[in-house]
Amino acid sequence: MVKTEVTIGKLKIKNPVLVASGTFGYGDELLGTVDISKLGGIVTKSLTLKPKIGNPPPRIAETPCGMLNSIGLENIGVDKFITEKLPVLRNYDTAIIVNIAAKRVEDYCEIIKRLEDAEGVSAYEINISCPNVKEGGLEFGTNLSMTAKIVKETRKITDKTLIIKLTPNVTRISDFAKVCKEEGADAVSLINTVVGMAIDIKTRKPKIASITGGLSGPAIKPIAIAKVFEVFKNVDIPIIGIGGITTWEDAVEFMIAGAKAVQVGTANFVDPTVSLQIISGIIRYCEENEIFDVNEIVGSIVLDSPQV
Amino acid sequence: MIIKTTALVVSNELVAENIYRMEILSPEISRNAKPGQFINIKISENFDPFLPRPFSIYNTIEDKIQIIFNAIGKGTKILSTFKAGASINIFGPLGRGFNIADEFDIAVVVAGGLGIAPFPFLTKILKEKNKKIISFVGAKTKNQIVTDGLENIKIATDDGSLGYKGTIIEFLKSNILNMNLTSSLSTFKIFGCGPNPMLKALVNLCNELKINCEISVETQMACGTGLCRGCAVRSKDGNYKLACKDGPVFNSNEIILW
Repeated sequence: MVKTEVTIGKLKIKNPVLVASGTFGYGDELLGTVDISKLGGIVTKSLTLKPKIGNPPPRIAETPCGMLNSIGLENIGVDKFITEKLPVLRNYDTAIIVNIAAKRVEDYCEIIKRLEDAEGVSAYEINISCPNVKEGGLEFGTNLSMTAKIVKETRKITDKTLIIKLTPNVTRISDFAKVCKEEGADAVSLINTVVGMAIDIKTRKPKIASITGGLSGPAIKPIAIAKVFEVFKNVDIPIIGIGGITTWEDAVEFMIAGAKAVQVGTANFVDPTVSLQIISGIIRYCEENEIFDVNEIVGSIVLDSPQV
Repeated sequence: MIIKTTALVVSNELVAENIYRMEILSPEISRNAKPGQFINIKISENFDPFLPRPFSIYNTIEDKIQIIFNAIGKGTKILSTFKAGASINIFGPLGRGFNIADEFDIAVVVAGGLGIAPFPFLTKILKEKNKKIISFVGAKTKNQIVTDGLENIKIATDDGSLGYKGTIIEFLKSNILNMNLTSSLSTFKIFGCGPNPMLKALVNLCNELKINCEISVETQMACGTGLCRGCAVRSKDGNYKLACKDGPVFNSNEIILW
């Protein structure tokens, strides 16, 4: 029997596989098709203080081995999530990690306050890295002092596990992870999407209405692995790896690079049951390699030559 | 209930210029599907193309479902190489189909190009309900006309190589105006599917003549289930609706075509 439980801050999850924010709705969309109680946890679509209708279409474009998206944080707002979604979700034996986005530091805090009074939230993931909104996205996540401020203020509101979701669109992501740790975050999740763009050569128009969008899918996996490894080497903080994971091999690769857990994102659009296959694949890998605890994989990278 | 399954390709045949009809064995999807719904097909195990492809359910025949596609893009070109006996990853039935419960005696089906895709299935169900059906099918040229499974077919081609020369909507309009329909327009219902310029012209016509009309739209789509919120369509109330979940069939006065 392989031990699959991992600990992220104060949060214990039954296995290291989560579904990423924005790729699995609020967790209740496909209850008849996917047994969510088998997942390590669900990270909800980003919630804002007020509902958001999102960006104009077209919002997505397929690109080689991936896609661009600019959904613009369309969501039902925190209050409706509390009254309509949480009561359903808390009946399932899986961690509910609520992803939060905001334009102002006060709004991040207010959303958490409202969720603290509700029952069923396991942890928070703070989105400071959405590339598709004018304020509150990359503007926060690419600025060290803003990142520090958001972590510091949200930390004051909750004792629950606080995960900060980081963007790869910076020069040194480990500087941001360091700030998160210093200000009291329990973990960092990385990477959010990579800013990208595609143009239709017939019409010469950008393929998505907001011109640039966030690139996700297998195309960004090597970028994500490099960022996870950079943070792992430089900062002592639990890492949740995200970026193009579609198979169990991808998940194991992230864990070897230093991720304690992983999030499966865009692959849910191709097959919403893929996370369950990834979980069984990780267990099989452990069994075949006589690994008794998945934590043994974390950061087990082998480096032959001295690093330059 | 959405069914995810690896199914058997029963046949995949060329039915018109570059247009293929594939028959897939899937008893559960066949039993659960409604006209206007679609399935997602995962084309490649190697993530390229990455996203699944949505296809209207062309028809159901006992345990089988059919789809129709034009082999022009990366995904459909790969799909055209699938032979009988191959297995294929499908997911469905997805989306909201046509509403056939409202009041109408005569169904007018209007298809532009591969917009015929959902209509043989709709026709079959409407016939079971004893509705009269008239089908208007338009295409660029006669080699692209597919009419299997339709009833009372009227054809228009852009180049005049078959039927009326001109657009299907011009042809439809002249037919409707010639039908001498004194006060009985309300008993008509139009079901449209095709490229956006055609759908726009159809919606304008239906507004002008005050005819109840449903259209099936096509957008960029990723998940097909509402998870990604990618296939947004502008709705009349200033919000967005999702083509995959709220559609792909919408009443013509629900949404704003782009």
